[in-house]
Amino acid sequence: MIGTQRGTGWRIVGYLAMSLAILFIALPLAWIVLTSFKSHGEIYSNPVVWWPSRFTLDNYKEAFARVAFADYFRNSIIITAILCTIKIILGVLSAYALAILRFPGRNLVFILVISALMVPSEVTVISNYALASQLGWRDTYTGIIVPLAGIAFGTFLMRNHFMSIPQEIIEAARMDGAGPFRLLFQVLLPISLPTLVAFSMITIVNEWNQYLWPFLMAETSRSATLPVGLTMLQNNDGISNWGPVMAATIMTMLPILLLFLALNKYMIKGLTSGAVKG
Amino acid sequence: MADYNEDTKVLEAKARRARHGEWLLATLLLAPNLILLAVWTYRPLLDNIRLSFFEWNISSPTSTFVGFRNYMEWFTRDDTWQILGNTVFFTVFAVAGSMLLGLGLALLLDQKLMGRNIVRSMVFAPFVISGAAIGVAFQFVFDPTFGLIEDLLGRMGASGPSWYQEPFWALVMVTFTFVWKNLGYSFVIYLAALQGLNRDLAEAAAIDGASAWTRFRRVTLPQLRPTTFFLSITVTLNSVQVFDIINTMTRGGPQGDGTTTLVYQIYRETFVNFRAGYGATVATILFLILLTVTIIQVRMMDKENTKA
Repeated sequence: MIGTQRGTGWRIVGYLAMSLAILFIALPLAWIVLTSFKSHGEIYSNPVVWWPSRFTLDNYKEAFARVAFADYFRNSIIITAILCTIKIILGVLSAYALAILRFPGRNLVFILVISALMVPSEVTVISNYALASQLGWRDTYTGIIVPLAGIAFGTFLMRNHFMSIPQEIIEAARMDGAGPFRLLFQVLLPISLPTLVAFSMITIVNEWNQYLWPFLMAETSRSATLPVGLTMLQNNDGISNWGPVMAATIMTMLPILLLFLALNKYMIKGLTSGAVKG
Repeated sequence: MADYNEDTKVLEAKARRARHGEWLLATLLLAPNLILLAVWTYRPLLDNIRLSFFEWNISSPTSTFVGFRNYMEWFTRDDTWQILGNTVFFTVFAVAGSMLLGLGLALLLDQKLMGRNIVRSMVFAPFVISGAAIGVAFQFVFDPTFGLIEDLLGRMGASGPSWYQEPFWALVMVTFTFVWKNLGYSFVIYLAALQGLNRDLAEAAAIDGASAWTRFRRVTLPQLRPTTFFLSITVTLNSVQVFDIINTMTRGGPQGDGTTTLVYQIYRETFVNFRAGYGATVATILFLILLTVTIIQVRMMDKENTKA
């Protein structure tokens, strides 16, 4: 906006800021990627060796050998898939009820759902841990999944979107004799695809990165997810062995980063539309 | 006329039946989600308050009622004030740092620049990476002998402080790591808000001869206020809850409480020191503090809205 009046000078400043931002974000990332391919000697060298003389996969092999990294991968994928499926279904159904259906106490229920966003998980963790332990859920998928399965943010996002759909479209579908499920699956969801993708993306990212709860619930490679397994690898031998640890870090980040690169437009749009509309 | 009345009656009855059906359907659709939130969010929130009046080893089946003793202990313990101070330091600088950098970058990039979308994605990328992974990675980035920061400082003829020995610098380190991970969120939201602004006002101000700084302060910033309030609430909630970065980088140390925040203290008291009652007390206090801060923020937002 200021730029409209300022010419090239402002533009140069813009490009300068862009370069600095790239450097600030990319340098640490490049550093850990390069480290993960260095030999032990080149990681522990002073002065620092930036470019490995030979790219080796030893650190990746060692990460798999030292801890049950393949198991963590499997657990992360299964837990994320199940949790996201549950959350997306529950979020869409709740949003549909709160935006389209009419029933007494609708606003109260809506407030009850979004207020859950205000409750930090650290406050609920003690009592939840006790309950999950009583149920015999420690170190199980169930124990990690069920307590995290309620969905507040996605309900909020989808409800706002459903509310923005013109009433005429809904009325027309009803006139054509569409029941509530046909209205949802054949009319509303097809025109809500970008928001649904944004909601799904945000959910996948959140569940993949979930840390405190799985960290408390998981005790072995039976249920430990990647972020939790990473902590186990980090503490495996007191002093961190940076090579395998950096390789494991990269492997934890990579699936989400790839997904983000493929679909980042949707995700950014979903987050900003939630923000700009309040 | 009679027919008409008949029709409306039938329609009304139909509508009533539909309403009734909708009520039933809504209950069915909402029930699973509401039950999950009730059992795993609202129940523990209340149960946590009950627990704060007990002395309880989390793995033991019995607990002892101690009244307000945990609260008295909290108010008189030496570490309380340091942990509160750490929490305030971390939150203030994490929120201010990521929001100011995000706003600055958004202002500079709010113009037609080649490759801007790539930069936007790149700056946002750390926000989607696991906090635990970033914590582990940055533990090495800050390594005093073999780390990136030490190398960069060395090239400028300087040398870094001992990040892992001095509490103050350890706190700076985890705050920096949070800002690195989260500034993309504020940046992307500010950029979207800037692109939705009414440009006529700024142009009119420019024609009237207002300087860039005046235009920014008097025109742009006030228009961004709703976004700023939204961000201040979400980023505050986000930063107060940070556990992953601290657990992977410093475990609350050095020197005992160097980087221990309220959230980390809840974990340590409950699951390391096995004093779940005291942990629950800290959790209750944290919740009350957060509730107060958020209410103040929302009040301020409402006040601004009615003014405008």
